[in-house]
Amino acid sequence: MSVTDEAPAGHVGRVMRRKEDPRLITGRARYVDDIVLPGMLWASFVRSPEAHATIVSIDASAAVARDGVHAVFTGEDMSDLGGPLPMAWVPPGVEVNNPEHWPLARGTVKHVGDPVAVVVGEDRYVVQDAAEDVIVEYDPLPVVVDAEAAIAGPPFVHEQFGTNQVHQWSLAGGDVEAGFAEADVVVERRVVNHRIAGAPIECRGVLADYRAGSLTLWSATQVPHFVRLFMALLLGLGEDHVRVIAPEVGGGFGQKLQVYGEELFACWASRKLGRPVKWIETRSENMSVAHQGRDQISTVKMGAKRDGTITAFHVKILADFGAYNMILTPLIPSLGAFVMGGCYKIPNVQTDITGVFTNKCPTDAIRGAGRPEATQMIEVTLDQLAHELGMDPVEIRRRNFIPKEDFPAETATGVIYDSGDYHKTLDKLMEHVDVEAFRAEQAQLRSEGVYRGIGFCTWTEICGLAPSRITGPNGVGVQAGLWESAMIRVHNTGAVTVYTGTSPHGQGLETAMAQIVADKLGVDPSVVEIIHGDTSMGPEGRNTYGSRSLATGGEAVAKATDKIVDKVKAIVAAELEAAPDDIEVTGGKFAVRGSPDKGMALADVAGIAYVGAVPEGMEPGLEETTFYDPENFVFPFGAHACIVDVDAETGKVVVRRYVAVDDCGRAINPMLIEGQIHGGVVFGIGQALYERVHYDDQGQLITGTFVDYALPTAAELPNFETDRTETPSPVNSLGAKGVGEAGTIAASAAVTNAVIDALRPLGVDYINMPLTPMRVWAAIADPARPAASPEGGPRS
Amino acid sequence: MSSTVNVRLNVNGTEHELEVEPRLLLVHALRDELGLTGTHVGCDTSNCGACTVHLNGESVKSCTVLAVQADGAEVTTIEGLGTEDNLHPMQEAFWNNHGLQCGYCTPGMIMSATALLAENSDPTEDEVRHALEGNLCRCTGYHNIVKAVLDAAEKSKGVTA
Repeated sequence: MSVTDEAPAGHVGRVMRRKEDPRLITGRARYVDDIVLPGMLWASFVRSPEAHATIVSIDASAAVARDGVHAVFTGEDMSDLGGPLPMAWVPPGVEVNNPEHWPLARGTVKHVGDPVAVVVGEDRYVVQDAAEDVIVEYDPLPVVVDAEAAIAGPPFVHEQFGTNQVHQWSLAGGDVEAGFAEADVVVERRVVNHRIAGAPIECRGVLADYRAGSLTLWSATQVPHFVRLFMALLLGLGEDHVRVIAPEVGGGFGQKLQVYGEELFACWASRKLGRPVKWIETRSENMSVAHQGRDQISTVKMGAKRDGTITAFHVKILADFGAYNMILTPLIPSLGAFVMGGCYKIPNVQTDITGVFTNKCPTDAIRGAGRPEATQMIEVTLDQLAHELGMDPVEIRRRNFIPKEDFPAETATGVIYDSGDYHKTLDKLMEHVDVEAFRAEQAQLRSEGVYRGIGFCTWTEICGLAPSRITGPNGVGVQAGLWESAMIRVHNTGAVTVYTGTSPHGQGLETAMAQIVADKLGVDPSVVEIIHGDTSMGPEGRNTYGSRSLATGGEAVAKATDKIVDKVKAIVAAELEAAPDDIEVTGGKFAVRGSPDKGMALADVAGIAYVGAVPEGMEPGLEETTFYDPENFVFPFGAHACIVDVDAETGKVVVRRYVAVDDCGRAINPMLIEGQIHGGVVFGIGQALYERVHYDDQGQLITGTFVDYALPTAAELPNFETDRTETPSPVNSLGAKGVGEAGTIAASAAVTNAVIDALRPLGVDYINMPLTPMRVWAAIADPARPAASPEGGPRS
Repeated sequence: MSSTVNVRLNVNGTEHELEVEPRLLLVHALRDELGLTGTHVGCDTSNCGACTVHLNGESVKSCTVLAVQADGAEVTTIEGLGTEDNLHPMQEAFWNNHGLQCGYCTPGMIMSATALLAENSDPTEDEVRHALEGNLCRCTGYHNIVKAVLDAAEKSKGVTA
């Protein structure tokens, strides 16, 4: 990786080993299941084996009679809640059907895994045994699994609406019909972004402890601050009496961006029973009830002139939300709509979204949340357009890029991209990939019966979720401002504690934030401690999701640190009889510009601040807080290429090479960026080739464990080649953009395009994901095979 | 309640005598009885490998071994490998190569990787990838994990040479 030959002056921009790692590599980290409290009870849920049914009766007598069982609760027992589980999106002017969703089902179950009862008892084995003794009688109701059948309904998942439609939402700019009228070629296709699981290796888990009027909840969550608010509201407690702690969290991928019924139940039960209550999710539960992602069927239409200039892009998305709206469910496809033109200058763009209920696990944000789907729609369609125009796929991309001089660039739909230089990333990709040589090799191999293909994806996305002005109640309609907070405390000794309102869970923010603070304060990152994920330490925060923690949370940390710097400079100026503006950080000291020898270390200044020997009119102490609300989102971008071999006999796809050139603005720690790209790309490869949450036509989950759900392993994957360009964001002082979802947003399209490129000589021009051997083989066998079943033929 | 049996385990060099239900999984004996919470559970089906420990020097998934089956055995967990002040070379390699993100799969990965090197001190990249097939990671894409294992192998070569 080589971005700049200049070594950075400070810690920012440098590779630094993570501060997080010593506890993690030695087994000393503390995840929620590692926490044990005196008197702690365990919970185990009794879950519906039916996809849709009326609950006729629940007989818990045998379970209650077991030794060690304290109680069995059902939905009726929890009638004292302040309300159902939250859905926090209220789009202005749009009607959203939103059924009540309770922690334990009331009267009916709507998908396999819906909880109907819960056993609380002495240990994890006892409650699981007892849960099996709870006898529930169900009266099955008609089931609807396929989104297209559901929108045509009945049967209805929620009878009271008389429809399975959740909502309709559109975002349009220009006039797509006029754009298609101008086009010489129009490509239409059906693009399925199938349902996948978040599948963090740590499942969900909670431990609730209510005592003396106060509640503490440890939860494997990405969003402790949201969870606190809703625990307080739904349990009728003041927020001041609720503390939510996200301890070490073993991955989230969006699945832990949620306020879950199990969290609420544990808190409620701890208050009811006067004992701490723990619930640790099994993998089988995680696969059936933790929210899933994607599941969109789209009809896409792209028009272009003969020279490749795109004139219009129109997308109609049918989004399968499963049985309930979770906290942001109906918003997710809209996140894709905001970047539906991708990195291209398209004058006419329209996205029409219809949400639909089915008898399946609810969907919500999973890594990328709406943008991987959008990228797939854009990039596979663009490749087909290039093919039909007889153009090179790289050339058609270049021809349509938003030019560098347009930035900040307003898209057809009014979204303002902050910065970009798309040719630069693509140029850099071309330095790594010799396309001409590849084509020669490809032709040679084809003559030998080997099908090798190359796929490209050039992309941008919208992240750094904020600003409140756009995302909030008066904008898109999320019922929360999406700013971020930071509090920074310099201690007497000069050690520094930073409290961030974000809640990282693997991203390495403890390291990146420490690098930012260290440079500003002239200290080593090792003396900067980052505290996160505890609502009782530091100010109210807005948590971690949407690739926001650096661009929004990191900038909040930078701004709070700047306030400290201002105060330190004032103290140093008084001590050294200089003007504050003449003080600078140099060689680990605050010194008068030009006289570095006479400087003061942060520890000396902190000493003065805490003994109160500060200049007249200044408060003692050295602590500052910031609430930062940016002006805009940030828009990372990149150019990826994937090379695959397809075995035409078996349909098996092997990824031979994957090259990712990304631009996430100014790098704070390049090592962390690479790591995020690797993991993100594999998330996308998993979707493209292996993973799929699959239900049968009765709503039974087929992929309920890691035996059936194919997470990629080390054995299927190549090493990755990564590189970067740096186009700073003008939105924040760091110049940083997000990178957590970037790889995922790009990869599924790059892989799909590579497979199609390999198979074009066999007449295959599209296969929907996942590109399993069966689907690929079937497409080769009969390229014209139409979409067959809801399960999906190769072209579904 | 079920009857219990006595089990002797030598864990990380310390002898323990436990009275357990015959069905108690080794991973739960380690975590819940002995408080060694570095060994994690990530699935119900022996796929994820987060619970990997060494049993008499061989790597096993401790969710797939009953505590009674380990009676009389020597068990090494991540806590027995090295400490923050005295890291095992494999732990150091994972740190140096950014071989972890959320850290949940990491103890199992490290235990599998050390077992691999005990059998094959100079593995190829392909051998490393296949040896780690039974350990799932959702964060890293495996690239840096493989790099870390190869780095640890390379460094230990230097030590023994």
